[in-house]
Amino acid sequence: MVTATDIPSQQPKLEAEDRASAVAVENVHKSFGVNKVLNGISLHVGRGETLAVLGRSGTGKSVLLRLIIGLSQPDSGSVSVFGEDLAGLSIDKLSAIRKKMGFLFQHAALYDSLTVAENVAFPLQHHRSEMSKSERRQRAAELLAEVGMDGSLDKMPSDISGGMQKRVGLARALALDPEILLLDEPTAGLDPISSREIDNLILKLQREHQMASIVVTHDLLSAKIIASRLALLDKGNVVIEGNFEDLEHSDIAFVQQFLKQS
Amino acid sequence: MATIAPAVKTRATPVFSIADPAIKFLSDFFEWFGDLGIFFWHVIRAAVTPPYEWRELIRQLDEVGSKSLPLVALAGAAVGVVISLEARYSLSRFGAKSMFPATLVYSVIQVMGPIITGLVVSGRVGAGIGAELASMKVTEQIDAIEASAINPYRLLAATRILACILMLPLLTIAADVSGLLTGWFAQALVEPLSFHQFIESGFHGATFNAFLPPTFKTAVYGLIIGLIACFQGMRTRGGAEGVGRAATNSVVIGSLFLILADVVLVKFILVVFP
Repeated sequence: MVTATDIPSQQPKLEAEDRASAVAVENVHKSFGVNKVLNGISLHVGRGETLAVLGRSGTGKSVLLRLIIGLSQPDSGSVSVFGEDLAGLSIDKLSAIRKKMGFLFQHAALYDSLTVAENVAFPLQHHRSEMSKSERRQRAAELLAEVGMDGSLDKMPSDISGGMQKRVGLARALALDPEILLLDEPTAGLDPISSREIDNLILKLQREHQMASIVVTHDLLSAKIIASRLALLDKGNVVIEGNFEDLEHSDIAFVQQFLKQS
Repeated sequence: MATIAPAVKTRATPVFSIADPAIKFLSDFFEWFGDLGIFFWHVIRAAVTPPYEWRELIRQLDEVGSKSLPLVALAGAAVGVVISLEARYSLSRFGAKSMFPATLVYSVIQVMGPIITGLVVSGRVGAGIGAELASMKVTEQIDAIEASAINPYRLLAATRILACILMLPLLTIAADVSGLLTGWFAQALVEPLSFHQFIESGFHGATFNAFLPPTFKTAVYGLIIGLIACFQGMRTRGGAEGVGRAATNSVVIGSLFLILADVVLVKFILVVFP
């Protein structure tokens, strides 16, 4: 059986100066009622860098992504994107920042009343008004070809598999040529072959587009393949941050337990 | 030898206070209104600032208007027949049969047409909007719209609410026309009455003030139906059950508010347009 430790990381290590912060999360707390989800978490992601955020279910990984794209607000602490603190930004400024980000939702969140091509063209329709309908469709076709979905332009989301929906979601996330890519469980619920296909696709896109990426995942093997750095979360905070070897050599019991169980 | 510790007698503290549910109800009640106010403010701000979602607005005008037309016309027709039958019987008892055309015209246009249209649209469109937006909410489609730097209040809520506001008066006119036609027809089957005679007698001495305010007050119904349905849909939580709850609440709360608004609007119209 192939495990995460058998596969070498495919991401180059970045020097500190390369990490001119694309995303900076500083001492963020977030609770839902009495449930404290994030407990003073701090993370930085540089341009061109891929950070995998690992952890058990309910440790606030997806909440972290929602905070970074401004879908939720922290109770305290700050979230900055390209040096702009998201707190208190006007809707226009927040929109301008969001245009630089692509988000792949855990269940793809495709618009179920639109075709695959219309889903991908949707951000273009609203933000590239200079493009004609045929140009938008052409661009959608290119993006879908990039994720291996070139034969499914006119299918409805309900007519394609979960893995295909993730690919379409990824194409939609890339529609506005984002500088930051946020991926929420890109391989969750997929078979191992589809998972590795998605991983390789993400790796290829990262190399071609040089985006900063944050990948939330349970899949340690996937994290090792696509990430240059990993952060393991527990109880709303980072237990360890570093490359895969750092995790392997850690003597923190939780880290070892997580690696063994994954 | 082991000894058994004596049970410590403590005074029982009430776990449940009678006041708690009442306080929670009041708290939820005011929170709901507060959230509705904030939601409405977001919608207004989104609606008056560009870019405008013309394409989506036109789609919603069709969805709310054209697709509700058959149902509204049918409801109006049924109401026309019922009023015709009831009015003829009641007026005959008091020897006031000559008042039949005016009774039918005023009953349909001032009272029944607007409220029936509002309730039918609340049932069809309110449930539809509530369920559609709730489904989009629980499947993260609304989050995906927001993450794509598109304002969901502008794209989803403002367009639907505006479509309801614009379409309700037009649908009311359709219900009125339908009701008058069937009401006259039901009467004409029993007693010969030409349509020309019916209209002339029915509208004799009438002014625009008698008919325009009751018709255009339905724009307020449209606001209520659209606002409540969008609000319920976009704040949904909890999967399929949440979607069902949003659809039901959209209709129930929308219809209730619509009837309450009618009370206020009738009084307002009587004062402003005597």
